[in-house]
Amino acid sequence: MTAETISVSSAREGSEGPLLSVRDLSVHFPTEDGLVKAVDGMSFDLAAGKTLGIVGESGSGKSVTSQAILGLHRGTRAQVTGEILLRGDDLLLLPDEELRALRGREIAMVFQDPLSALHPYYSVGNQIMEAYRVHHHASKAVARTRTIDMLDRVGIPNPAKRVDQYPHEFSGGMRQRAMIAMALINDPGLLIADEPTTALDVTVQAQILDLMKDLQREFGSAIILITHDLGVVARMADDVMVMYGGKAVEKGTILDVFYRPKHPYTMGLLKSMPRLDAVRRAALDPIPGNPPSLINLPTGCAFHPRCPYRTDVPGDRCRAEVPELYRVGHGQEARCFLTASDRTRLEFLGAGRVESLDDSAFRPHESGEPA
Amino acid sequence: MFAYVVRRVAIGVVLLFVMSFVTFLMFFSGPDPAKFTCGKNCTPELIEQNRKALGYDKPWPVAWANFVTGIFTGRDYPNDPELKQTHPELIARCDAPCLGYSHLVNATVWSTMKQKIPVSASLALAAFVMWIIMGVAAGVIAALRKGSLVDRGIVGVALIFYAFPTFFIGLFLYQYVSLKWGWTPVPAYTPLKDSPGLWLQGLLLPGLTLALFYAAGYVRLTRTFVLESLSEDYLRTARAKGLAPGRVLVKHTMRAALTPIVTIAGVDLAGLLGGAIITETVFNYDGLGKLAFNSILDLPMTVGIVMLLSAFVIAANIVVDCLYAVIDPRVKVA
Repeated sequence: MTAETISVSSAREGSEGPLLSVRDLSVHFPTEDGLVKAVDGMSFDLAAGKTLGIVGESGSGKSVTSQAILGLHRGTRAQVTGEILLRGDDLLLLPDEELRALRGREIAMVFQDPLSALHPYYSVGNQIMEAYRVHHHASKAVARTRTIDMLDRVGIPNPAKRVDQYPHEFSGGMRQRAMIAMALINDPGLLIADEPTTALDVTVQAQILDLMKDLQREFGSAIILITHDLGVVARMADDVMVMYGGKAVEKGTILDVFYRPKHPYTMGLLKSMPRLDAVRRAALDPIPGNPPSLINLPTGCAFHPRCPYRTDVPGDRCRAEVPELYRVGHGQEARCFLTASDRTRLEFLGAGRVESLDDSAFRPHESGEPA
Repeated sequence: MFAYVVRRVAIGVVLLFVMSFVTFLMFFSGPDPAKFTCGKNCTPELIEQNRKALGYDKPWPVAWANFVTGIFTGRDYPNDPELKQTHPELIARCDAPCLGYSHLVNATVWSTMKQKIPVSASLALAAFVMWIIMGVAAGVIAALRKGSLVDRGIVGVALIFYAFPTFFIGLFLYQYVSLKWGWTPVPAYTPLKDSPGLWLQGLLLPGLTLALFYAAGYVRLTRTFVLESLSEDYLRTARAKGLAPGRVLVKHTMRAALTPIVTIAGVDLAGLLGGAIITETVFNYDGLGKLAFNSILDLPMTVGIVMLLSAFVIAANIVVDCLYAVIDPRVKVA
């Protein structure tokens, strides 16, 4: 509980505080098999207009986090604790009515599969207009004009005709553009994009990401980008948070985390990603083992059963003790017992065991010489 | 859309045609059909007389062709131009749409059925309204309170009503609720134009008998559809937009959940329009169901009722298909 650093009053007055500040957030689901700790003690800040990438495998708690911010777990059996401060107001303490007024207006969301996220029985325009009119006392005509305008801005051709079409008449990319139009129609301060490009063709993915980037510049929204795709994060985010087993294991700027990863899990993720510029390594290097069960997390560091460096930490500490997020650089934190000297030593001795991305990228000229 | 409707209707007409053929094949390729034209007091002479009069002495494909022609042009029983010249009083004229002639009641099938249709239609409509209200409401409540005692109670009670035979529920309501306890007047049919109040009052118990059975099925259907709709991603989108729970439920959940129910309900209603045999018999309602029950030994009447019922179901299917094209934008009408 190192949370109470931001006082509510100061954050509310000034614009210098973060837009969103999540403190020690936990989301637990009681099930018949036991308590599922989908998110456990997560904290992060997000400044207005910035993009935070949340990365992790399936079941690492990414989507649960985003739904907790929107309060979509209310009325279910989920136990949500901690603080979610939006401009200083704790969303977890807001009455349902007030939170609902924020949903869609201050915090909007883009979901993974736009076909199932859009209602099949209503026209695209109808659904976007509804998102506008629920927060504005606007006539249908006004809402319609604005909807057409938004469809135009997200790059849907012939919006005046498209507005009356149904989701099944749109292509996958167009549907996701429509979802983005729906999310941005109220000019929200925070946009949560949960795997926004995962269900799309590769060629369309880049278009959607570029669109989101352009619109972010135009609307000034902060974005939480949830994905398992490191390439998407690299393209979009300012900061990255890597999640494992419901906890953040590494946080930092995009450059730090991608080029100087400090947590073995982050290193593993980066090594398991195919790279076009790495000539030397033909085979990918996946992380051995499987993601942990959220009911029975491994003791100590949740990653230790899969970690190649657990023997490098003396005294079986990885198995016995849960590591905290340690400061490992300017604005970079990692949940790992390895010390800076450990890392230097391992890098030195291990002959590429700790091999961060920039090494592999720049080493080809050494070995690329024909014998 | 217009082309879609026209095509549906055309298919419906073809279906009716096929249906009449199958009906004839079924009833006329078996043992002597003329035996089933004179009820319980058949004599060999009467059978022979009816066979000639109804044209059953001809092979069944010819009888079928005459039947189909008769629907459009009307026909004479017996079809004997000579006799018509000499003894016109012995000829029974059956005007279009001629569905046959019953020697048992000495009337054309259509004129007999025509009087019964309002009774069965009233009953079907009353039952329909009751079962849709009860079944859908209970189903929605059960789905929203899934797993609770309320849900289990509703599903359990529905199962009981589904399992009880209609005649049991009917007789129970008639014997106890009406006769013994006197909670309602003894149900009897009053035409709507005579007295709307009495019409409604008379329909209460027989309508309820049918409605309880049908509602039991609709509870489970509705519950399933609502639960399915509740788990859809687009409901999360609706909530994420900031919509009020009531609006999410009515506009987003119900629209998706109730659309398939329209299809099923339409066809069920049509099936009932053709008469509820047991309920009409128990409550002594003079509708198509009771007519069908009393016409077991009256083949021309049975054929007519089967044809009318098929027509109802086929028509209902056309209506439902067209309605579906309107309410579900994904249905291709082109």
